[in-house]
Amino acid sequence: MTTIIVIYGLLAVCLVASLIKSRQKTKKAFLVAGKALLKMGPSLLAIIGIVGLTLGILTPETIEKLVGAEAGFIATVVAAVIGAITLIPSLIAFPLAGSLMRSGATVMTMSVFITTLVMVGVVTAPMEIKALGKKFTLLRNGLGLVAAFAIAGIMGVLL
Amino acid sequence: MIKTLKKFAIIIILSLVFIAMAIWLPDIAKRSSIVAWDYFKEMIIIMPPVFILMGLMEAWVPKDKIQKWLGNRSGIKGMAISFALGTLPTGPLYVAFPMASSLLKSGARVSNMIIFLGSWAALKIPQLIVEIKFLGIEFTSLRFILTIIALVLVGKLMEFLLRRKPDKEYVLPGEGN
Repeated sequence: MTTIIVIYGLLAVCLVASLIKSRQKTKKAFLVAGKALLKMGPSLLAIIGIVGLTLGILTPETIEKLVGAEAGFIATVVAAVIGAITLIPSLIAFPLAGSLMRSGATVMTMSVFITTLVMVGVVTAPMEIKALGKKFTLLRNGLGLVAAFAIAGIMGVLL
Repeated sequence: MIKTLKKFAIIIILSLVFIAMAIWLPDIAKRSSIVAWDYFKEMIIIMPPVFILMGLMEAWVPKDKIQKWLGNRSGIKGMAISFALGTLPTGPLYVAFPMASSLLKSGARVSNMIIFLGSWAALKIPQLIVEIKFLGIEFTSLRFILTIIALVLVGKLMEFLLRRKPDKEYVLPGEGN
């Protein structure tokens, strides 16, 4: 809700200012926006479908079974894969990670889960490629995955 | 014709998977469609204003200003601005891709955009509050610090790699300045 208010508020202010200063430039802005939206439309739709599928299959209960009490390295890898693929809203992910940690999952596993969840986006990759290019996307996500394991390793040692 | 088909290939495959699941796994199909419908509503509301804002930015903010704030010679200040932009409470990561794209086109440097996207995804202030509540202040602050360090390193590394072998379709501006 806050997001919506912030974005629309910002839009209203900018749009009014733009219209007062120059109609020509405002029109240009809409043209640019329309083109970008058309370019990304199909991948947006695809993201919606993939998010629906992954969250339909990987419910919090299923994830709990997969990375729950087991503290081994395999659980950490599974957590990284789930984190990289899914797009779970943080309002669901943090309570889930908290309860998993209480039921025996390690700090390392939960840290890798959260970091890959936010930094690596397989589901959003088609859109990222459209916006920023294939190379940029692959490098950003690949290095993000490496970074997630590094961060998790350090956190596992320190905490 | 083939081009259009290719553009919609993922969507066609997804629809087929949905249909197959509706027949054999109706429970999962139902859950999936509820989630998908929620996301659809969210996107329909959020995406149009985001794209219009990007259009306005491209029309009004001069390229040399962005180059000065976020470009090759912006240094620590550019990093700080990118970081601050990312932590603003403004929605999911896919909102940030078009923003990063137009900032790059206007001359922002790659490492700053990595910081921007990364902090947008991983270091949002409202999100951090939830994280502290469920995972504790130690976990959250350590992850916060390590993530910032990682983002700076990943950004520098990517800049180096992309400068040596740039993406043909996405040749970035400001190269060699």
